[in-house]
Amino acid sequence: MSDIRLEGVTKRYGTFAAADQVDLSVTQGEFVTILGPSGSGKTTLLSLIAGLNRPTSGRIFIGGRDVTNATAQERNIGLVFQSYALFPHMTVLENVLFPLGVRKIGGAEADRLARDALKLVRLDGLEARRPSQLSGGQQQRVALARAVVFKPDILLLDEPLGALDRKLREELQVELKQLQRTLGVTTLLVTHDQEEALSLSDRIMVLDKGRTQQVAAPAEAYLKPANRFVAEFLGIANFVDLPDGRNGVVRPERVRFTAEGQGRPARVVEAIYLGQMVRYHLALDGNQSVVAAVPFLGTAHAPGERVSVSWESADVWPVT
Amino acid sequence: MTRTTRLDGFGFIAPLLVLMVVAFNAPIVYMLGLAFWEKGRGFTLEHYEGLAEAPVYLRVLGNTMRIALIATIANVVIGYPLAHWMRGLGRRGRMIAVALVVLPFWVSILVRTYAWIVVLGNGGLVNRALQWSGLTDAPVSFLYNELGVTIGMANVLLPFLVLPLFAAMIRIDDRLLQAAASLGAPPRTIFWKVYFPLTLPALAAGALLVFILCLGFYVTPAILGGGRVPMISNLLDTLINQIPRWEQASAISTLLLIVTLAIFAAYRRIDRKASA
Repeated sequence: MSDIRLEGVTKRYGTFAAADQVDLSVTQGEFVTILGPSGSGKTTLLSLIAGLNRPTSGRIFIGGRDVTNATAQERNIGLVFQSYALFPHMTVLENVLFPLGVRKIGGAEADRLARDALKLVRLDGLEARRPSQLSGGQQQRVALARAVVFKPDILLLDEPLGALDRKLREELQVELKQLQRTLGVTTLLVTHDQEEALSLSDRIMVLDKGRTQQVAAPAEAYLKPANRFVAEFLGIANFVDLPDGRNGVVRPERVRFTAEGQGRPARVVEAIYLGQMVRYHLALDGNQSVVAAVPFLGTAHAPGERVSVSWESADVWPVT
Repeated sequence: MTRTTRLDGFGFIAPLLVLMVVAFNAPIVYMLGLAFWEKGRGFTLEHYEGLAEAPVYLRVLGNTMRIALIATIANVVIGYPLAHWMRGLGRRGRMIAVALVVLPFWVSILVRTYAWIVVLGNGGLVNRALQWSGLTDAPVSFLYNELGVTIGMANVLLPFLVLPLFAAMIRIDDRLLQAAASLGAPPRTIFWKVYFPLTLPALAAGALLVFILCLGFYVTPAILGGGRVPMISNLLDTLINQIPRWEQASAISTLLLIVTLAIFAAYRRIDRKASA
């Protein structure tokens, strides 16, 4: 049974379509990411599912129930904003108790549920703090605890890690994934960060200009992009000519350096050291450029150096 | 200019400082001292004893507090919904609304107060409308009583409540309200548990400001009260300009100053909490 189903969901503002005939089906317990650049309509889509906005046409189902015209209050959704949206006049505990109070759960039971949720996000001991006394990562955890404490049918995350610095973001990614698996809650995440999408999700939905570009597992979307947009948006794409005249995409880590004479001659334009990898920007003869990413093993090619590169024909995926 | 000390630039502000001390602070100190001094006899508390003995003074003070309180409540009842409504407007609408709220500031308070006579008088707009609609036969007297004074003060002071309140309201992130809705809260709960508490510090601060301003109001009670609504500043006017009893006036002023400072201290506490 699918937990979230979108059927031809469209949202127009005047003549502009922020979401255009979007279909999506998310199964129970699945983690799906809506990925797209800013202005792609991904946040619009999330607000439609959350009930903060009404679609112009199309239908939205949650848990088999048609919620197209239901208000946000009636949908039983846990929503986490990028800005956290914690209530500044309440303590951490009061914030987490809020959705329980609304549901007429009070007293010792509410207290136990709220403390359990805070323990789940490793914030036990900070119950009496105000949001303004917490770091960004801690605030985001409170927002998460508040969004899951009432056992919502689905969890919606709007760029939940966008405001955090890189290291913290990576830590929270792992925690978020574990939390989602522990709770088994169907989760929909919206982000423009392709790394986040690839690392967290069971499936990715790539969105551009309000239209679905591809829905696939991360590896499939990365290696077998449905079109040029997906290929370019997910990581770095090398476009090469195929014998049949079509275009194909090769990922940088599939490009290998070969002994001179085998493969295609190229000149190193730039070598960028990334820690575990080195990324080479190469100019092939014939003015075509290619990016190669190879593990850094102590030696590197210098800019200006002549090299030879090749790739397996099996690693080239044809795109239109 | 690499080294600056605390005293640099003192020369620039010295004239202003002298002006403030001589023209503003010294008279206040002198005025406060008057109440404790009797010519030829030195220090005395007699004038404060006089205050306690003549109940009329305390009655006027009580009366002033009551009218100030009613005007403040009227301000809150009108101002809160107004500010909330303004928050819901678009950019353009907000600008126009703020301009309309501020507009009375640019009109002399005398003109505005006299305008109320035209509006509220026996043959005024309100009474004519009431009689025309058949609600009353005889004109209702709005003027030269507490009702008129309260209406006039509430009108004059409304911007002092609405502007800070509006500023606090537009600072409230819409996403907080959306978050509350997504957590299952019905509109009533969102208002009372999220929106209202977030505006409360600004509301309290604005209300206290209005209350303090009401306490010392002179023009409106003098004109719309027609001398029949004794408020403290009118009493002071009488004691200084008509009876000449400056010592008594000084004692009353001191009392008023203390009350005002106490309320202002409360205002500062709330305001600091609001901006924290």
